[in-house]
Amino acid sequence: MITHTTAPCPICDASVRVASDAMENELIACPDCGAELEIVSLQPLTLAEAPETQEDWGE
Amino acid sequence: MRVAVLVTHIRPEEKLLLQAFQAHGVAPDVILDRDLDFDLTAGPQQPAPSGRAWADYDVVLERCVSTSRGTYALAILNTWGITTVNTCHTARICEDKLLTTVTLARHHIPQPAARVAFTPESALQSLETLSYPAVLKPVTGSWGRLLARVPSPEVAESIIEHRQTLGGYEQHIYYAQAYVNKPQRDIRAFVVGDRTICAIYRTSSHWITNTARGGVATNCPVTPELDELCVRAARAVGGGVLALDLFEDGERGLLVNEINHTMEFRNSSAPTGVNIAAEVVDYVLAQAGVPA
Repeated sequence: MITHTTAPCPICDASVRVASDAMENELIACPDCGAELEIVSLQPLTLAEAPETQEDWGE
Repeated sequence: MRVAVLVTHIRPEEKLLLQAFQAHGVAPDVILDRDLDFDLTAGPQQPAPSGRAWADYDVVLERCVSTSRGTYALAILNTWGITTVNTCHTARICEDKLLTTVTLARHHIPQPAARVAFTPESALQSLETLSYPAVLKPVTGSWGRLLARVPSPEVAESIIEHRQTLGGYEQHIYYAQAYVNKPQRDIRAFVVGDRTICAIYRTSSHWITNTARGGVATNCPVTPELDELCVRAARAVGGGVLALDLFEDGERGLLVNEINHTMEFRNSSAPTGVNIAAEVVDYVLAQAGVPA
C-alpha cells in the first residue's frame, strides 16, 4: 500500500505522481522535465534519476 | 511453483509480465541484477538476493536490459541445471550479430550478405566486396546504436579511422552487412516456442526503423511464409522467446536481420491485438512443467 502518491522530481523538483500499481524499481518519466526516474522506494515514495543507458543495454 | 524474474529495472514489459504471472496465481520473486553476488565455486544451494536458494526456483525468466549481466547470470544458472528463459546458449548467439549471422547461415536462413574483417585495410576491402552503400554495425549493441550506412569508400575510411582511434577492441571488429533497400519499414516478428504469435511493421522515414528510434508500429499479418521462416530461424539459435527483425528485399524476399532474446514489446500488443505478455508467461510456466 502506497502512503504517498507524489514525490519531488530529483532533477527539477516538480511534484511527480505515481500510479496506484507502481512498483519499486519501476521506471517513470517526470511530466515536467521529462527526466527518466526510478522509484527506489514506495514507503516513503522516493524517486531517483534512472541510471544512464550503458553500452551493453538493449534487447 | 517458484519463479524468479531477473531484471535491471521494471519497464512496462516487466510490469505486464508480472501481471500475467499474477493471472496464473504465481507471484514471482523479482531479482535485480545490481544485487547479484554469485559464489562461482559453490553451487545452486547458495541464496539468491531474494533469500531463497537458487536451486528452489523451477524457472528463472531473464529480462535484464543489461546484456552482459543477463547472459552471465544465465551461464551460471544453466551450469547449475536451473531452467531459464531464454537459455544461455540462445542469449550468447543472439547478443552477438556475428554469431547470429554464422548460425543462421549454417541453417540456410535467408539473410543480408555480411562479412567481418579485423583491420582498417581489410575492412575497406570487405566493404568494397559488399559494394556501397553498406552498413557497419558493432557486433554487440541494440536500439540501433552506432549503426552507420556507408555510402562510399571516403566515408568508410573516416568511420573506420574514428572507430580505430576512439573505440575499444570491440569497435575494431568490422562487421558489415549489405544495405537492403527496404520499403521504409521492416518487420518485427515475435516467436514464442514453436509459434510466431504476432508481428508488426516498423515504419520510418529514417533508414533505422527501430521503435526505440521513432519507428511507428502497425500490425503485420503472420503469413505461413513469415511463420515458417521465423520459427526456423528461432530454432536455429536455440529457440525460446524471441523477436526477429526481418527485411523485405525486392529480389530475395524475406531476410532475417537480427534476433533479440530479451525483447521489448510495449508498442506491439495494441496493434496486433495479441497479449504478448500472457503468451510469454504461458511459455515460461510450461518450461517449469505447468500445462498451459
